[in-house]
Amino acid sequence: MGFLIEGVMAVTWQQVLMWVIGGLLIYLAIGKNLEPALLLPIGFGAILVNIPFSGVLNQNLSSIGNVNGIIQWLFEVGIEAAEAMPLLLFIGIGAMIDFGPLLVNPKLILFGAAAQFGIFVVIVLATLLGFSFRDAASIGIIGAADGPTSILVSQVLKSNYVGTIAVVAYSYMALVPIVQPMAIKLVTTKKERQIRMTYNPKKISKLTRILFPIIVTLIAGLVAPASVALVGFLMFGNLIRESGVLKSLSETAQNEFANIITLLLGITIAATMKAEQIVNIQTLMIMALGLLAFVFDTVAGVLFAKLLNLFSKEKINPMIGAAGISAFPMSARVVQKMATAEDKQNYLLMQAIGANVSGQIASVIAGGVILSLVPTFI
Amino acid sequence: MNLVNEINALILMGKGMLAIFTVIIIIFIIITALIKFLPNEPTEKN
Repeated sequence: MGFLIEGVMAVTWQQVLMWVIGGLLIYLAIGKNLEPALLLPIGFGAILVNIPFSGVLNQNLSSIGNVNGIIQWLFEVGIEAAEAMPLLLFIGIGAMIDFGPLLVNPKLILFGAAAQFGIFVVIVLATLLGFSFRDAASIGIIGAADGPTSILVSQVLKSNYVGTIAVVAYSYMALVPIVQPMAIKLVTTKKERQIRMTYNPKKISKLTRILFPIIVTLIAGLVAPASVALVGFLMFGNLIRESGVLKSLSETAQNEFANIITLLLGITIAATMKAEQIVNIQTLMIMALGLLAFVFDTVAGVLFAKLLNLFSKEKINPMIGAAGISAFPMSARVVQKMATAEDKQNYLLMQAIGANVSGQIASVIAGGVILSLVPTFI
Repeated sequence: MNLVNEINALILMGKGMLAIFTVIIIIFIIITALIKFLPNEPTEKN
């Protein structure tokens, strides 16, 4: 009857800790509504892969030999082989994005670039803490504030911390309403936060909307070829949306398709959440570095807006710079909420959304740039 | 601490931000030109 307690006897305290962490992620997803579409599958997956001899992972059974586990197979095929899942998710995300608010005021796209600064600050800090260069670059990409990009870059760079990076990236994206206001207040005065901006809605031609994803892909691809997969799939989704002739495909990409990939991506990424990979001091360091990435992104965006104000007649509310991160639409909402907290008549939502969607473009470009440049240093 | 990694990280910061801004500024210029020169669809008259 020894087989009945074989599993129980093989449990380690690290695995028990992972059950608790999995439970915590499920609690945050259900109880606090923090990125539930991702944190719930990741949390449950973390429990599944940390059960001794778990059937969701490949096992070597005596007298039978190797038996494949479904989560490990999904990971090998869906993420490890060609980063298919995060890339496919970008088609859905692209189909969801309306670049209209950005096209109305194209200079907002500059904030997307500025708000990627946290990525590079954290790469420097991570190398200072002793992480290898590929791990440091993977940790830095948490600052892209974009879950699929974080998964893809850390996986391509063969980081040892793919699972941790994914969880930290999604967690801080969910915590944007807490992290960003603190960072914004650090570098702005009340008077600056009260700056009003006029919004002139313009009709953007259909041709412009169709050309936009094609042009962005070509430019990003020519400067950073490694970004073609990331930017290309995002823009492919957007082209489906804007073409006007693929309505049902666009709706499928935004809903069923994106939901299926999200569901599978969450449970699949749990394959990298085995106790031996997570229960270590590096996980705590990555959590701290991830927080700093979001703070430096926000601060850089705000300071860049202040810099532009030195040269422009029409003043920009510096908080718009903070919306240049990819966490959409949370970041734009944070800016609007802070604006109305200072001045009830101050409406910045459309400008903030413009900066926020530019953050989505810039974050995938940043991912491609990291993939292009980091191998030259390794 | 590995000094080579540190220096490489700083170089990456410089090159990375330069590359991102280059792409974004080119997109900005082209999109601005597109919006300026492409005719908007005619709006309905009341």
